[in-house]
Amino acid sequence: MLKIHDLHVSYGGIKALRGIDLEVPDGKIVTLIGANGAGKSTTLRTITGLVKAESGSIQYDGVELLGQPIYKILELGIAMVPEGRRVFANLTVLENLKIGAYLRKDKAEIEQDLRWVYSLFPRLEERAWQVAGTLSGGEQQMLAVGRALMSRPKLMMMDEPSLGLAPLVVKGIFEIIKEINRQGVTVLLIEQNANMALKTADIGYVLETGQITLTGSGKELLNNEAVKKAYLGE
Amino acid sequence: MIENKNRKSAWIAFVIVLLFLALVIVLDQIIKPTDKMYMLLTVLQKGSVYALAAVSMNLLNGYTGLFSLGHAGFMLIGAYTYAIFTIPSTARDTVYQYYDAAIRISFPEIFSGALGGFGTVLGVALAVILAGLMAALLAYLIGLPVLRLKSDYLAIATLGFAEIIRAVFQWSKLGPVTNGSNLLKSFARTSTFKLNLGGSTVSLSTFVPVLIATISITVIVLIVNSTYGRAFKAIRDDEVAAEAMGINLAKHKMISFVTSSFFAGVAGATMAMVLSIAQANNFKSAMTYEILLMVVLGGIGSISGSVIGAMLFISASEWWLRGLDSGSFLGINAPGVFRNGFRLVVFSVAIMIVVLFFRKGIMGEKELPDLFRKRKKAPVKEAAE
Repeated sequence: MLKIHDLHVSYGGIKALRGIDLEVPDGKIVTLIGANGAGKSTTLRTITGLVKAESGSIQYDGVELLGQPIYKILELGIAMVPEGRRVFANLTVLENLKIGAYLRKDKAEIEQDLRWVYSLFPRLEERAWQVAGTLSGGEQQMLAVGRALMSRPKLMMMDEPSLGLAPLVVKGIFEIIKEINRQGVTVLLIEQNANMALKTADIGYVLETGQITLTGSGKELLNNEAVKKAYLGE
Repeated sequence: MIENKNRKSAWIAFVIVLLFLALVIVLDQIIKPTDKMYMLLTVLQKGSVYALAAVSMNLLNGYTGLFSLGHAGFMLIGAYTYAIFTIPSTARDTVYQYYDAAIRISFPEIFSGALGGFGTVLGVALAVILAGLMAALLAYLIGLPVLRLKSDYLAIATLGFAEIIRAVFQWSKLGPVTNGSNLLKSFARTSTFKLNLGGSTVSLSTFVPVLIATISITVIVLIVNSTYGRAFKAIRDDEVAAEAMGINLAKHKMISFVTSSFFAGVAGATMAMVLSIAQANNFKSAMTYEILLMVVLGGIGSISGSVIGAMLFISASEWWLRGLDSGSFLGINAPGVFRNGFRLVVFSVAIMIVVLFFRKGIMGEKELPDLFRKRKKAPVKEAAE
């Protein structure tokens, strides 16, 4: 579905990505793990067009994404849950969700998807009229995921959904990610919580200082000695 | 269910607005210029001009989060456009006494020739719309470079542009169009707006500005509640997240800036109509600050707040506190204390008190109907975390 080939990105003189190759097959959960500054977020931001690439290619169902404006990329069916949730704090939960469907015009289907999001996150329906800034961290993360789902994406990219959340809430979020994937949405997940991410993912990539150093299924990486040492703290 | 409720409250609001407009017409007939209560009409006229200006500024500053201080400049363009295109041909040479007037088109004259009384109304309406369009056009041109700036820098740039506009309009080389630094007068003004109904005349001098403000504010309310309005608020809250939702930042900022300036132009035209003169010197940056003060007093991000802020501001400065300048206030006669300038002292203190007790303005981010709506009790559930 998504194929990244030899992607180079730099911020000024600093190289953030030094030629990475990555593939996200249709219907799978793919995770990208790595330490701070490895280039995980940069990868995501380059895919959505928020950051310009130096060279390389990003193909989505055969369409080249590099150089396209952000809204065009999103129209192709890619949605992003940004790092740190970034919900619209002064808007109600319902307004936040409606903004998620901003590029869509089909009213009846938007309503249908709103029902779907509410069925995934009943808590959001209870708080539909509440201002998003007053939600708890976990609820805000649910809202950020729900907002991304409102664009009815084929590929959903998530940047550190577990950031700053209690372990129990993190577990719930990963359950939801699996559920969303079961319903046909491909997921590209970026995580520092390598343990949770690798348990959930079908395929994992390890990113170190702008290069991919390891690839394999989630289970393989969980049992890999180097990964254990560097990311799982064993 | 929610849809029905919304429709019901929209109808209620509509009926209230109609009743208010009817009341204004009645007041217009009852109160004579010699009455003490005549100040009420003055306040309604000026207040509706400033209310519209404040609401249009709020659309930009409060809803889109673009801190712009160019409002007086756009109002100036509106006022001049309106004035230039409604001066009757007989008066034009007297108005442009030092110049040879370049533009000799008067909309009300052209249309009244063909359509009679209705044509005059149409001509005035077209001049008001043209005033808005001219302001919007200039906003577009200014917006292209300026909207790339953020917060304080945007404020300084727009403030500068407003001052440049004022200077250009006073430039003697442009005299044939703008009459240089002299004022424009004799154009269609509210005090001459009357309706002849079978012999008796109905004065519309207060009704017309109130009507223009009401229609414009209604349009702004509709914009704020549309998908565009939601996108504006999203940009205000978090630009990066808004962009990640597919909102085209540059386009939406421009739409907000142009729309806001359009209504600033309309407000400027209405102001010319009410004051019956248009002079560039009146549109100083102090006017922008006054409007900003109304927005902040009313509550940034609340449209009814801006209207209330404008009405209170105008009532206080034009009416309630007048006595402080002229010798007697609240029945106390003290010409020694209550003399020129004392009003401003009291006014400033009053504003400080309001700001201290209402940190987010009088209305905060609420709208007037929110105050009457019963708070729905959410089912009490402890958060699981």
